[in-house]
Amino acid sequence: MLNLIRFVYMFKSVWAVLAALLIGSVFISIGGSNPLAAYGALFHGAFFEYFGLASTLVKMCPLILTALAFTVPLRCGQFNIGAEGQMYIGALFATTVALYLPKFPSVIHIVLCTVAGAMGGALWVLLPAILKAYYQLNELIITLLMNYVAIDLVSYFVSGPMLEPGAPYPYSREIPESLFLPYILPNTDAHMGVLIAVVLAILLYVVFKRTSLGFSFITVGRNPDAARFAGMPVQGLMVNSFLISGALAGLGGAFEVLGLKYRLFHLFSPGYGFDGIVVAFLGGANFLFIILAAMFLAGLKSGANIMQRAVGVETTAVEAIQGLVIIFVAASLAFRFDRSHWAHILSVRKMIQKKRTEDKQEKDS
Amino acid sequence: MSIASNGLLENRMKYKLVLDHITKTFGALKANDEVSLHARKGSVHAILGENGAGKSTLMNVLYGLYRPDKGCIVLNGREVRIENPGIALDLGIGMVHQNFMLVGRFTAIENTILGTKIKGIHLSLREPRKRLLELSDSFGFEIDLDQPVWKLPVGMQQRVEILKLLYHNVDILILDEPTSVLTPNETQQFFDVILKLKATGKTILLITHKLGEVMTVSDYVTVMRDGRVITEMATSEATTQALARLMIGRDVLFDVTPEQATHGENVLEVKGLCAVNDRGLPALDNVSFEVKAGEILGIAGVDGNGQTELAETIVGLRSLSAGKILVDQVDYTHVSVSERRHRARIGYVPEDRQRRGLALDHTVAQNMMLSSYNKPPFARRGMLHLKEIRHQAEILVRRYDVRLHDVGQPVRELSGGNQQKLIIARELRENLKILIAAQPTKGLDVGAIEFVQNTIVEQRAKGTAVVYISTELEHLLAVCDYISVIFRGHLTPKMSLGETTSEKIGLLMSGGG
Ligand SMILES: Nc1ncnc2c1ncn2[C@@H]1O[C@H](COP(=O)(O)OP(=O)(O)OP(=O)(O)O)[C@@H](O)[C@H]1O
Ligand SMILES: [Mg+2]
Repeated sequence: MLNLIRFVYMFKSVWAVLAALLIGSVFISIGGSNPLAAYGALFHGAFFEYFGLASTLVKMCPLILTALAFTVPLRCGQFNIGAEGQMYIGALFATTVALYLPKFPSVIHIVLCTVAGAMGGALWVLLPAILKAYYQLNELIITLLMNYVAIDLVSYFVSGPMLEPGAPYPYSREIPESLFLPYILPNTDAHMGVLIAVVLAILLYVVFKRTSLGFSFITVGRNPDAARFAGMPVQGLMVNSFLISGALAGLGGAFEVLGLKYRLFHLFSPGYGFDGIVVAFLGGANFLFIILAAMFLAGLKSGANIMQRAVGVETTAVEAIQGLVIIFVAASLAFRFDRSHWAHILSVRKMIQKKRTEDKQEKDS
Repeated sequence: MSIASNGLLENRMKYKLVLDHITKTFGALKANDEVSLHARKGSVHAILGENGAGKSTLMNVLYGLYRPDKGCIVLNGREVRIENPGIALDLGIGMVHQNFMLVGRFTAIENTILGTKIKGIHLSLREPRKRLLELSDSFGFEIDLDQPVWKLPVGMQQRVEILKLLYHNVDILILDEPTSVLTPNETQQFFDVILKLKATGKTILLITHKLGEVMTVSDYVTVMRDGRVITEMATSEATTQALARLMIGRDVLFDVTPEQATHGENVLEVKGLCAVNDRGLPALDNVSFEVKAGEILGIAGVDGNGQTELAETIVGLRSLSAGKILVDQVDYTHVSVSERRHRARIGYVPEDRQRRGLALDHTVAQNMMLSSYNKPPFARRGMLHLKEIRHQAEILVRRYDVRLHDVGQPVRELSGGNQQKLIIARELRENLKILIAAQPTKGLDVGAIEFVQNTIVEQRAKGTAVVYISTELEHLLAVCDYISVIFRGHLTPKMSLGETTSEKIGLLMSGGG
């Protein structure tokens, strides 16, 4: 019983999502459709149809990476809400390497582009990281504001120096076909990036669970003074958590170019950097759960269109559901098992039981 | 109504506060087992017990932080339910925690009105200021109400905590180990405050490990062991020895056997050290000393005279503005904390255990390997060795008698004294060359103090050079070979115990002599 209830609390994100879907169904009903049919269409489309699944996977890639980008510094006690901007700069760097570097063998060139993307993202977070670690300036505000600088910077480049001649709106030239990321589902957009993102999530899970480096990050997050006393390079670790974060987000940007769009567009991201924060919370800042959370959110996004086509529900209903998910996940953070009435009642009951068996044993002996 | 329950009722009326058969469990552990306590109006009621006996837990129940599994609280003859500290405050019960809960950046006034219900939108500080000033004056507190509290000395911070409670009109004050952070002088002033509070009819519940204090200020005393009440009696009927025996179930000798150690070469040499404190003011002024292998140097002094800064510069947590630190003739002045720990083999028991010594959300096992997180046997090639981490922690926990139920438990759940033992267990590792121990016995019960002091003496026998920093002269006199006194950043030359007296040291501590 106790374990069952603990279980219930553990999956509070799931309940939050269900609650959001439930209320969402009210909206759908008001809109005049059958919510069950609508959700059926949505999830069937998003996960069980070939092209729908492909589009879910495509969206998962940046969502996982930006969620990881938010979680790594979070575990180290730092906030990076600039993943959106770091993605843009990552994409800019990757595109630059793809378009302007002399020709290399394809695999090496792809790797170079990816690395450039990661470096771009890391570079973009370097300033706030240093300001935070060495001058105690608030990283939250700086990373947030630098998003807009990055977005404008990319807009400037693609509407000026990198603009494809004759383009109707700002985008760059197409990158050479040899640099396209390999597909994982033939004849769709689903590219390798999502696999790499999943591998990175698993890798980070192991790093934080089983390595000295991960342990030192967590220690800094929990008590920087104690970490310093233990001989951990606290400021260096803080900066590194940001750099890793920026690199992950930058990678997300690079993959958008190399795997999906093949050019740098202005305003190419529909806010993945911010959605990543939602995914991170939905996944309880656990690197493995983030994969599932990203899958869910990506499914909602890609299923929205399918749902609209199938049952005629506006895609805005899905946006509303997304909003509800955010609200409920935020609310669920307030529920903790160890503070609950349940935990209290059950521990008392357990104790009484234990006492009874003890008494019994005493009587027997 | 039966006669028996009538009698009970009458009994209840006699007391300001009755805790009636309180039981509180954490998982399988009974932190409080049918604990009863009877406190009278206008009295000081001391609660005594070993580390982990359940004192703080009991007070947290009374303050509404924990809900008891069984038992009830009777206030002024009426049973009350205290679901949270807000209700406790409304009922006139206030608590000063073992670890203060002030907001450092706020001033005393702001901290005081924090948590009061504000009428209207406009936050006026004029009214509160007036009342606080009156209260502060009537108890002779002399607090600067407009300083951010982190800038105040601990003794003052404590007064802010008390003032905050008085402002809320409490008439029962719970004080959890209030004197463990105070200097002897501050302690004296603190007792004056207690007596004044008592005279105005307040009831004071005082948790402490210092038997002397129990004897001086308390009227009644409750002794706890392993979550149970052993006895409740008038202090006038007790003696120090009897209380110690009741508390830990055996005699405490209060003296360590300082077998004459053989002193070796100079291990630690500090030359002309200067450093500033957190506020940027000079804290150490040309401090020099050396400690030989197998020697304990005591540094006596009233808190805040540069002890913390001295310890921190030696272990590398604070940068120095001038001077040199040599270990075995090798210059360690500009070497990292981690190098000093592992190459120079310096161990450090910091004064502020919760800030520096422990990560409270880490488990016990994680805390035990905190400073060797990337070294064998805990880690190899960057990978943690989880089984070994657990195993080593279990060994240390057993050797140092840290009371807990699992090394996978977060340290936050341990009692204050057991947290302290944990740090000592970690820092006094094998092959230690230098040990800097700042107030290592803070918050420990008498039995544990004896144990820690013996362990330090053992370290000396193994050839460790020990710097023992303490504000408590008797503890220093019990174990040290030499004593230096620190006053306003100046350190006196070291004196052997033969050539000095405690009177002389006391005088030096207050700047005379
Ligand atoms: N939140 C908690 N969860 C689990 N165990 C706890 C918790 N709080 C206290 N304990 C356990 O309850 C016991 C009593 O703790 P308590 O803090 O009351 O001791 P104490 O008498 O105040 O000791 P000290 O003198 O060391 O401060 C300890 O064994 C402690 O580990
Ligand atoms: Mg305690």
